[in-house]
Amino acid sequence: MSEYLFYFLAFVSIFAALLVVTAKNPIHSVLFLIVTFFAIAGQYIILNAQFLAIVHIIVYAGAIMVLFLFVLMLLNLNKESEPVKSYLMKGIGVLAGCLLALVMVAALHKSTMSPALGNPNEDIGLVGNLGKVLFKEYVVPFEVSSLLFLSAMIGAVMLGKRDPKIEPVNEITN
Amino acid sequence: MKVPIEHYILLSTVLFCIGVMGVLLRRNAIILLMCVEIMLNAVNLLMASFSTYHGDAAGQIFVFFIMVVAAAEVAVGLALIVMIYRNFKTTDINLFNKLKW
Repeated sequence: MSEYLFYFLAFVSIFAALLVVTAKNPIHSVLFLIVTFFAIAGQYIILNAQFLAIVHIIVYAGAIMVLFLFVLMLLNLNKESEPVKSYLMKGIGVLAGCLLALVMVAALHKSTMSPALGNPNEDIGLVGNLGKVLFKEYVVPFEVSSLLFLSAMIGAVMLGKRDPKIEPVNEITN
Repeated sequence: MKVPIEHYILLSTVLFCIGVMGVLLRRNAIILLMCVEIMLNAVNLLMASFSTYHGDAAGQIFVFFIMVVAAAEVAVGLALIVMIYRNFKTTDINLFNKLKW
């Protein structure tokens, strides 16, 4: 049962990710990205990582996507205004991506996976167990990440604030 | 746990390469940030699957920290894009070539 669910979710996530890249309208890109994120959250549930699935939905679909949509609406970019690259550049981009995939798959093909260690503990993904590991072994990175958040918040506010002394440049000199 | 780990690696590889292709193909800076998010999610998925297959919780903690970094990155990146748009009235990255070469 969970096998079929895995393949279905994998198909959905790859298809939606392709649509994110190819959609003309940025709003459609954001909506397909939300589909991708929900498919990945489903993968986490299949992997018995319930806490990660919930955090993933809250952080990505709840916060980051709202931020993206907000900026797109604020900048009035919700129309197909993007100039397209030349076909040569598009072809080179697709070729480079496919070559990267080829190299990675070839490296995977040559390597041998060590088998899963016996029958691993099924409930390491629950909140209690993850919390114990996080606050026993990874306390310092956890606290440092709060500093990172603080600096990101200050940086975002500083960047977003309008400076009255600087006149906006209307023409870009190319 | 019946799905072999190789399939998770393949799925993550494909998602990562789609993200790379998006960064190479698109010119809108906001969509570039979204493609970076796809790449981060591919890595997250692989980390979580390794964590489950080997019964080690450290992988899921790393996913947690990657999410923290991704959230901070998106906040700062979108603030930068808003400031650039305010000054230049566009988010086309091909016009911002002062730092190129």
